Amino acid sequence: MSTTGTPAAGSTSPDFTIDPGSMRHLAQAQVNVELDTGDMILNLGPQHPATHGTLRLVVRLDGERVISADPIIGYMHRGYEKITEFRTYPQVTTLINRIDWLSSFANEVPFVSAAEKLMDIEAPPRAQYIRTILTELSRIATFLLFLGEMGLQVGALTPAFYGFRDREHILNLIESATGGRFHPNFNRIGGLKDDLPWGWLAEARSAMQVVFDACDTFENLVLGNEIFAARCKGIGIIPAKLGVAYGVSGSNLRASGVDWDLRRDGDPYLVYPELDFKVWTHPDGDSFSRYFVRLQETRESARMVLQCLDAIPAGPVMTKVPLIIKVPAGEVWVENENPLGQMGYYVVSKGGTGPFRVKIRSASFSNISILPWLLQGVYVPDVVTILAGLYFILGDIDR
Amino acid sequence: MMLALEIGWGTTLAIKTLVVLTIIPLGALILGYTFLLKMMSHMQSRLGPMDPGGFHGWFQLVGDGLKFLQKEDIMPAQADRKVFAMAPAVVVLSTFLIFAVIPMGPDLVVENLDVGIFYALAVSSLSVVGVLMAGWSSANKFALLSALRSAAQLIAYELPLLLATVGVIIQAGTLNLQEIVLAQQNGAIFGWSGIGDPFILTQFVGFTLFLVAAQAELSQTPFDMPVAESELVSGYMVEYTGFRFLFFFIGEFGTAFAFAAIAATLFLGGWSIPGVTGDMANILGPFVLFAKLMAVAFLMFWVRFTYPRLREDQLQSLAWKVLIPIGLINILITGILKVAI
Repeated sequence: MSTTGTPAAGSTSPDFTIDPGSMRHLAQAQVNVELDTGDMILNLGPQHPATHGTLRLVVRLDGERVISADPIIGYMHRGYEKITEFRTYPQVTTLINRIDWLSSFANEVPFVSAAEKLMDIEAPPRAQYIRTILTELSRIATFLLFLGEMGLQVGALTPAFYGFRDREHILNLIESATGGRFHPNFNRIGGLKDDLPWGWLAEARSAMQVVFDACDTFENLVLGNEIFAARCKGIGIIPAKLGVAYGVSGSNLRASGVDWDLRRDGDPYLVYPELDFKVWTHPDGDSFSRYFVRLQETRESARMVLQCLDAIPAGPVMTKVPLIIKVPAGEVWVENENPLGQMGYYVVSKGGTGPFRVKIRSASFSNISILPWLLQGVYVPDVVTILAGLYFILGDIDR
Repeated sequence: MMLALEIGWGTTLAIKTLVVLTIIPLGALILGYTFLLKMMSHMQSRLGPMDPGGFHGWFQLVGDGLKFLQKEDIMPAQADRKVFAMAPAVVVLSTFLIFAVIPMGPDLVVENLDVGIFYALAVSSLSVVGVLMAGWSSANKFALLSALRSAAQLIAYELPLLLATVGVIIQAGTLNLQEIVLAQQNGAIFGWSGIGDPFILTQFVGFTLFLVAAQAELSQTPFDMPVAESELVSGYMVEYTGFRFLFFFIGEFGTAFAFAAIAATLFLGGWSIPGVTGDMANILGPFVLFAKLMAVAFLMFWVRFTYPRLREDQLQSLAWKVLIPIGLINILITGILKVAI
């Protein structure tokens, strides 16, 4: 994948020169030139509804068939990895909220726990539970949007509005707990900013019922639709081995049959070891199975939230930390299962108030690296299906 | 006849032209308002279109219209200017031409053509010429892809559309739309003539085929590949703004209106209701036809708002492998029954 403005080698304009030795006489060469329809280079994006932002795809087309596709990224690069070097640890959480803006809370957690690991402190149990609940809520919010938007990209308008409508319940919950709908900035090193407001647990319980209902609706309206199945089955198949090789992670990889979920298989974090949940996989690896896996994971997340609501202990939400946070020297790698896949931070501290270096491993960047391979030979409508099925957020690619 | 006043042919022509010229934009607005704004808002929990103007968002359509009138008329630098300007007119023209043969009462028909249904289906295909013109002259790759898809779609869907109507034509024994209505009004189902013989009962397969094919003809979901806002960003309309875009909009909904009217005429008995004849039918006819066509349009738009979009190759295989064989079998069975009974 090329990250600059110029298309990679191989996507230059078609070569019409003809090897004279292969032709018997000039007339044949003439016919071949005249009947050769040539390729068309189509620029999908940076302003295109299928690219969720500013991804640009330079697609070489023969009729409607894609010969090659080059994703060109970087239109939204904000240089967060560099900026973190000039910020204190509490300030960094504000930045990383903006990486994957649909599930900001889930972005914060791995960074904060990286800092906590370096300082050798741990958030109190209640804070751990609230973090788990809010992480799962942002996963539900992200997936509800996906479940609707995938319908939109395949041409059905209605599911998109249902997705937005039902996500509103989750965003209201996040807003009433944290004060922010999209960028909560709620985590503190050593705990959380506040406790949950009164009546929040009951509200959350009824909102989970909305999520279950929404999932049933999507299962009937989108997943069970013959046209949707015809458009998505067998489209954009990622073989399991190739997916792993490209660094595809999260639901995209589980849809290829790889039974790997950091909440269960990674370093234990938050309260996931205490929760009872199923990791959904699908053997096919196509766009349809990605939709299936995300639909089931939305339900699974809602079940996890309900379990947390039952088990949440009382107590403080913040441990004792110094007023000015100084992190001891050291290096740590923390990775979490985010809605879009594996999200990790490699934090290097030299003992100051801010990190010396932060490497952000965001899921979408690796997920879309498979696009040039995946888009070869498909039709233009399938490009949109595949882009929608992979489900990336531009902020998560460009950072 | 009480209503047949003494008027010259010039006046008649003027009145007929005026009727057709008002009915199509009016129909387009009615469909746009009822289905696009209101039904869609209810089905999709949209809040915006229910808000402007206070009661039920009645002002939304006026606001949309005013917005289109204010917009700057942009023409791409590389556009083929004359063709680009003509394309929306061609699309709307075909819609006007369809309505000339649809009967709205025993005497209320603009032109009582003997080849009525044949003519209506023929001129409806003209709009594709406009779409091709728009796609080519826009100098835009998305528009070009869309225009080619539209042409491919026309070839695939004109045939099932025609085959679906052949069953009706065999039963009625005429191509004239007025006589098809009369055949339904005076017909009988196995000897019982209480409600006449609306062909939807005997030609149910034909009706379904007609609706599916009409959906493709109108480029509505699930066959809206030429428009495909998530892939081709509205396709052939992508470079059009303001009033020219409004023309496409009127063309789209006007054609839907016309096709719903054709379907109502062919399968639901058109302007006729049981027990009403003579002058009363002339007065009630337009309203009866309107009620029936709204029912058909409701089905069309219901499908449009619910289903995803097929791919172009899937549409072709659906048309050639499923719809056309079904249409042929339907004709065969209708023919056998017509001779046997």
